[in-house]
Amino acid sequence: MKTIFEKSHPGRSTAYVAAAGADEKPAASFLPASALRTRPPGLPEVSELEIVRHFTELSHRTFSIDGNFYPLGSCTMKYNPKINEKIAAMPGFAKLHPLQGEDTVQGLLELMWNLERMLAEISGMEAVTLQPAAGAQGELTGLLLIRSHHQETRQDQRKEILIPDSAHGTNPATATLSGYKTVSVQSDERGGVDLEDLKSKLSERTAGMMITNPSTLGLFEENIQAIADLVHKAGGLVYMDGANMNAIQGKARPGDFGIDVMHFNLHKTFSTPHGGGGPGSGPVACKKFLEPYLPVPRIQKEGAAFRFDFGQPKSIGKVKAFWGNIGMHIRAYTYIRFHGPEGIRRNAEHAVLNANYLMSLLKKRFKVAYPRICMHEFVIDNTPYAKKTGVRTLDMAKRLLDYNYHPPTIYFPLIVHEAMMIEPTETESRETLEAFASALLKIADEAKSNPELVKKAPHTMPVKRLDEVRAAKNPNVKWCTPCDVPPPPEEPEEGTPGSRN
Amino acid sequence: MDYIQNTPADAAEMLKSIGVGSVDELFAAIPEGVRLKRPLEIPPALPEQDLLAHLQALAAKNRTFDAGRCFLGAGAYNHFVPAVVDALFSRGEFLSAYTPYQAEASQGTLQHIFEFQTMICELTGMDVANASHYDGGTALEEAVAMAVDHTERKKVVLSGSVNPQYRAVVKSLFKHLGATIIEVAQVRGLTPVATLKEAAQDAACIVLQNPNFLGGIEDLAAVSEIAHAAGALSIASVNPVSLALLKSPGECGCDIAVGEGQPLGIEMNFGGPWAGFIAAKKEFIRGMPGRIVGETVDAAGQRGFTLTLQAREQHIRREKASSNICTNQALMALRATIYLETLGPGGLRRVAELCVQRSHELAAKLAKVPGVKIPFQYPFFHEFVAEVPHPAQTLAKLQERGFLGGLNLQLAFRDLRDHLLLCCTERNTSADIDAFVLALTESLR
Repeated sequence: MKTIFEKSHPGRSTAYVAAAGADEKPAASFLPASALRTRPPGLPEVSELEIVRHFTELSHRTFSIDGNFYPLGSCTMKYNPKINEKIAAMPGFAKLHPLQGEDTVQGLLELMWNLERMLAEISGMEAVTLQPAAGAQGELTGLLLIRSHHQETRQDQRKEILIPDSAHGTNPATATLSGYKTVSVQSDERGGVDLEDLKSKLSERTAGMMITNPSTLGLFEENIQAIADLVHKAGGLVYMDGANMNAIQGKARPGDFGIDVMHFNLHKTFSTPHGGGGPGSGPVACKKFLEPYLPVPRIQKEGAAFRFDFGQPKSIGKVKAFWGNIGMHIRAYTYIRFHGPEGIRRNAEHAVLNANYLMSLLKKRFKVAYPRICMHEFVIDNTPYAKKTGVRTLDMAKRLLDYNYHPPTIYFPLIVHEAMMIEPTETESRETLEAFASALLKIADEAKSNPELVKKAPHTMPVKRLDEVRAAKNPNVKWCTPCDVPPPPEEPEEGTPGSRN
Repeated sequence: MDYIQNTPADAAEMLKSIGVGSVDELFAAIPEGVRLKRPLEIPPALPEQDLLAHLQALAAKNRTFDAGRCFLGAGAYNHFVPAVVDALFSRGEFLSAYTPYQAEASQGTLQHIFEFQTMICELTGMDVANASHYDGGTALEEAVAMAVDHTERKKVVLSGSVNPQYRAVVKSLFKHLGATIIEVAQVRGLTPVATLKEAAQDAACIVLQNPNFLGGIEDLAAVSEIAHAAGALSIASVNPVSLALLKSPGECGCDIAVGEGQPLGIEMNFGGPWAGFIAAKKEFIRGMPGRIVGETVDAAGQRGFTLTLQAREQHIRREKASSNICTNQALMALRATIYLETLGPGGLRRVAELCVQRSHELAAKLAKVPGVKIPFQYPFFHEFVAEVPHPAQTLAKLQERGFLGGLNLQLAFRDLRDHLLLCCTERNTSADIDAFVLALTESLR
């Protein structure tokens, strides 16, 4: 389909704000000529109806939870309740200026304070900040807390963060961003942390360990207490990537199994919309001894009133302008209040039930990487199919699109070859899981009977497979808008930014 | 209460297929000693009707100000949002999609991000832009990180007229990384260029905001020259609405432009979620953080869009990635995209013109109020400083009269006691301005 820039028609516009009055003083007359731009930005000129049709068509070219089963492992693509959106959009929340007086935002501060208390209880921690904008920012916040703790206890030599080889890429990237060196810890044959390898890598240089539990393999770390003990005895702290909290909420609490600090992903566990890639929200929960380092402001309750507290001398400062992705806090609060303790626990139980049921439907034909009871997700190893038929995991994923399913996460975790990581979530029905399993089994048949059909998939999408090498080699990341400057005399080099291919 | 579809009969059949007797057996891997054996101590469930009433009661404890009565900016701006923005933003296909890893099934998301990148480049005068960032403050932090990596220098020069919230974010990260941060204090509302010149030696970058936090329009071009002469990068944090009128960072020789997309059709939301943006000259593209969408062709030769240059990113490069960012603010960037495409060049320019006209109208009227002074003679866009006695009490009195009256600057600028930062947008009509001036006059009596 055309970009909006190709639909632009000079002179077409709709009035949204006051038109210029005959007697008004031109805005430019208030400003020095040297400050003014000479060429207007190349924005499109289209009617409102054209805008509506454009975005409606774009929406039709987008798989979503509302439209499709979306078992994207590690992303917890559960149903996003409509009530969340209605509440977040209420003027009493959405229209608040972040710097208006605390006395005028008592309802929202109360909501945020209570959300902090609920997240503390769900995680078994003592203090929570809602400020981090996403999980990765929560990781950064957590490591800065760990760093502050070591600095205060004069252990600046601790410069290494241990990270299992199955971890999300954000973990080592965050360690680097926080000034730490990553030391990778191997997984054992059961998919857990290899304790011997861990012991060999702990030292007086260890600042801490980042661990994901349940792991990205969909397995609960059975030795979690032993791991935490070992790290603590070496003088390190334990950070937990809370990406997979959906599996254990109401069933076990990180604070009870040795974790010192962790983040939540509100867009995973608590159903705030993923939005095509964000916004996320990554509150951080920690034990009491790390609380003094949390970002400012903290929210304090005094009597029946709530206020921001900026006076925390040991705080790491601010990780985000203002107070966090508040709209996501409102949605998560709504979600938790709808569920209550029983509902939150049932979410974990049915997420795990659905994952195990789907695994039971697939395991007769597919190789499950770690064939035992899983938590909220499991990983298939497609190496046997790839060897036999030449059909790879990527091909199967693309073929799933033809059956109207969003594929699982593929080629992650890195320690499983030809990985396909499947997370159905608790909000899917048994019939949906069965239909998805049938589709995947049918694709396995197709891989044998008609491998080319699978290798060339998808066949029914608006576009066929895209040339990603070409996109990366000559990155073209913007439309060359119809400019009022004359075109350059010679043809631009093929594929350079701004040129048309 | 929950959104689970499995009935007890379904669950029984499913457990049979799995080969276990109960749901509890599925959790056997959790060591006995750490299983939670009591219900969570969180409030009981509320059915939707009661939930709505509860949240309405909480919302009612917050005070919203009439659109025309907000004269507070300071990093969050009260603009008119056309109805079409909310209508299209609310589509479930956009809300409930995720990162467009499967390009063939995500052309909608990819294309709207591509259009966003294009318009950010157009506004900033830059060659390349990413798919959006958490917010303006973290976008600035990432731009500084790009400069530190690029120059292999660890000194960062920040104008003291950059939003104090943004400076705090930059400092939180870089003080841990052993970088030196030099803040150059404002003089008469602008960044003193001569002082910047002294500070620029061995710096990775010079960071300016335009219009700056105090409203003044800075000489970005002069600062870019100083930066480049010292081998540093020139970074500008800009307001996208102002760029309908003002010279772009690209025209001023800046290397990286960042900013906050909130003024582009995103509700204030008490500070988030919004959408930061990062744009740069093309030679910096491989050092940029976050998602980038690129154009390519499919197997049949037709145009399509895909995430590109992923080799920079954490899920591929892990500890060697250009940033740890995993998400962007796609949904909020979508709002900005719809807003910009709806207004078009004429509409956005008109919003910017009204910002200039109304704020200058307010400044002129305030200058005549006894006890009020307009201390700085700088050119400004839609914010300016007014000297007002007893700012805290004055703001409280204005609030009683239904006005959100500006920011008390002494909290963030110790040298600006008795000063307010005031803002006007297209939402403040001449009648609103007259009512505000009257209320302020009365408040000072």
